[in-house]
Amino acid sequence: MSNLLEIENLEAGFDTEHGLVKAVDGLSFELEKGRTLGIVGESGCGKTVTAMSIVDLLPKPAGKILEGSIRLMGRELRGAEPEVMYDVRGNDVGVVFQEPMAALNPVQRVGRQIIESLLLHRDLTKAEALCKAVELLDAVGIPSPDRRISDYPHQLSGGMRQRVMIAIALCCDPDLLIADEPTTALDVTVQAQILELMSEMQKERGMATLLITHDLGVIAEQCDEVVVMYAGRIVERASVKDLFAEPKHAYTKGLLSSIPRLTNERKSKLRTISGQVASIQDFVAGCRFCQRMGRTGDTLIKRPAYEDLGGGRFLETCPECT
Amino acid sequence: MHFPVRGGILYRQTGSVKAVDGVDLSIRHGETLGLVGESGCGKSTLGKCIVRLLKPTAGKVLFKGTDLTDMSQSSLRPYRQDFQMVFQDPAESLDARMSVGELISEPMVIQKIGTRGDRVRRVEELLDLVGLPKKAAQKFSFEFSGGQRQRIGIARALAVSPDLLVLDEPVSALDVSVQSQVLNLLMDLQNELGLSYLFIAHDLAVVKHVSDVIAVMYLGKIVEIAPAEELYANPLHAYTKALISAIPVPDPSVDRKRIVIPGDVPSPIDPPPGCAFGHRVNAKNYQASVDAPLGLKEVADGHWVLDCPCCVSGQGQ
Repeated sequence: MSNLLEIENLEAGFDTEHGLVKAVDGLSFELEKGRTLGIVGESGCGKTVTAMSIVDLLPKPAGKILEGSIRLMGRELRGAEPEVMYDVRGNDVGVVFQEPMAALNPVQRVGRQIIESLLLHRDLTKAEALCKAVELLDAVGIPSPDRRISDYPHQLSGGMRQRVMIAIALCCDPDLLIADEPTTALDVTVQAQILELMSEMQKERGMATLLITHDLGVIAEQCDEVVVMYAGRIVERASVKDLFAEPKHAYTKGLLSSIPRLTNERKSKLRTISGQVASIQDFVAGCRFCQRMGRTGDTLIKRPAYEDLGGGRFLETCPECT
Repeated sequence: MHFPVRGGILYRQTGSVKAVDGVDLSIRHGETLGLVGESGCGKSTLGKCIVRLLKPTAGKVLFKGTDLTDMSQSSLRPYRQDFQMVFQDPAESLDARMSVGELISEPMVIQKIGTRGDRVRRVEELLDLVGLPKKAAQKFSFEFSGGQRQRIGIARALAVSPDLLVLDEPVSALDVSVQSQVLNLLMDLQNELGLSYLFIAHDLAVVKHVSDVIAVMYLGKIVEIAPAEELYANPLHAYTKALISAIPVPDPSVDRKRIVIPGDVPSPIDPPPGCAFGHRVNAKNYQASVDAPLGLKEVADGHWVLDCPCCVSGQGQ
C-alpha cells in the first residue's frame, strides 16, 4: 500500500506575547490510502493544529509551520503557493470542522455553500453544480434535498448541519477527509448517525480519513490506526487493536483507564491521571508526561527517543513512562 | 414547564413550548438520580424548575415535604440553603471579576451565615474539601484550568451546606482524565456529606457510573425510569435501547450492532400527537399511541416505563 499522506518532523506554533510557542513539536506519521487514522488527546495537545497545518489553515500571521514536511501523494505542501493550496483544499482534501454552525456561513443558503467549491474546482455550470449538490445532500441522508438546498444553516438541526458540512467536504471526491471532532457537538444518537455516514462514504469513495477526537470510544469504532498525542508530541502510535489491547505508554494507559465504562462497577473509584497538562510556555524539553506527574530528574531534560516496535507501532521511550 | 411563544406586532402569546411536560420524579436522601436525554429534551429546564430558578406552569415541587412551587423569591430564600446548583460551563458561570474567595463566600453572605472571619475559615475548609490549595482564594477563576474551575463551582454550591445538588452537565466540558477526577470528587463528597444529587448529563456511561436511579427523558417527558443496573440490563423503551446502543464502546474487540435512530427530535413547539418517539422512527403501531393515555407504568420493582403501544415490547414479565 502506498502512503497518501506523510508527515515528517512537523513543528508548528504561534507567535504570542510570551514569544514563540510550539503547539506541535516534532510529529511524524503516515496515512495509507483508504485507511482511517485517529488522533486522540486532550484539549491543547495539538490535534487541531496538526490538521490545520496540513491544509495550511493555521490562523495567520501568528500561526506558522516551523519545521518538517507534509507530503500529500508525494507532493510537498509545506511552503506551497497559495494558488496550489486553493486547489488542494476542497479538491484533494475535504475538511469537516467541529462546530458546523460556526463553519457554515449563516447568511448563505446551504446550496450556495456546497456549489462554491464545485464551481471552483470543477468545470460545471451553476445549474449542473446545483443538481450535483442535491445529489450530495441526498447521499448524506438529508430528506427532501431539493427543498433543503435553499435553507439557511439556522433552519437545520445540528446533525443536519454536520451532514451539510460532510457534503461540502465530499463534493469534489477528495482523497483525504480531515474530520476535526466531527461529532463532539452532537448528541449520541446523532453522533451514531454521522459516524455511520462517514464509514459509508469512506467505503464508497475509497478515501482516507484523518479523524481527530478526544473520545476513545469513537476511535475504537471508527479507526484502523491511532496516534496518541500529549502536549504537542506523539507518545504512542499503534493499530487500534494493539493500542486498546496493550497500551504501552503511561499516558495511554491512564487515558484508557480513566473513562467510565458501562461495565464498571457503579460508584467505584475511577482511575485518574494526577496533575494537569502544563501550560504551553512551560513545556520542558524532555518527557512532558513526567512533567505532569511532578517527577524531577533526567527525563525532564532530554527528549525521549522514538522506538519502532514493528507492525506500525511507535513509542516514545521515556524510562519512567514506558 | 411551558414557555410562551410570542409573535405578531403586539407580541402576544401565540403558543407555548412544553419544555417539560407532566414529569413525576422523586429523589431520595443520599441518592443520585441521573437524568439523561438528548439536547432540547428538557433536562436542564427540569433541573431549573427543581431549584426554582424557573417557576413551573403547573405541578408541584416538594422539598422535604415543603411546597416550593408558589413561593415568592424572598420567602424562598431561606430554603435555598438546602438546594444548590452546579452549572455546565464553569468559565461562564463564575464571575471573572470576583476572586475565588469572594465567589465561594457569596452564597454565605446572601444567606447571612457567620462573621467575616468565619466565612474566610469556611472558604479555606471548602477549598480543601474540593482539593484546591488555600491560596486559591486570592486568585481569580480564569487563572485556573477547566477541572479546577469546576471544583470552584462545586465549593461555591457547597458553601451553604445544602442537602441537594442539581448538577447540570458538570463534567461535559472537561477532558477525560480531568473528568474522572471531578467524578471521584463528587462521589467522595456524597459519601462524606450525605448529599443527594440530581445528575443531568448526556453521557450515559458517566450517568450510569454515578447514579442510583436513572430517568430517561425524551421531548419533555420521562419515557423510562429504573435503578441504574436494571435500566442497562433490561431497557424496555425503544428510545432507551437506542440511546444505550449509540454509546461508542472504547473496545475495538467488541463487535456490536449500533441501532441508528433516523431523524431528529421533533420541535417541542409543535410536537406530534401520540408517542413522539414512535413518530420519529415511524413505528408500526404509532397510530395506536395517538389515542393512548401514555402514562408511566411500573413493570418491575422501581422500573417504570411509558405505557406506549408502539415503543415498548415484552414488558411486564
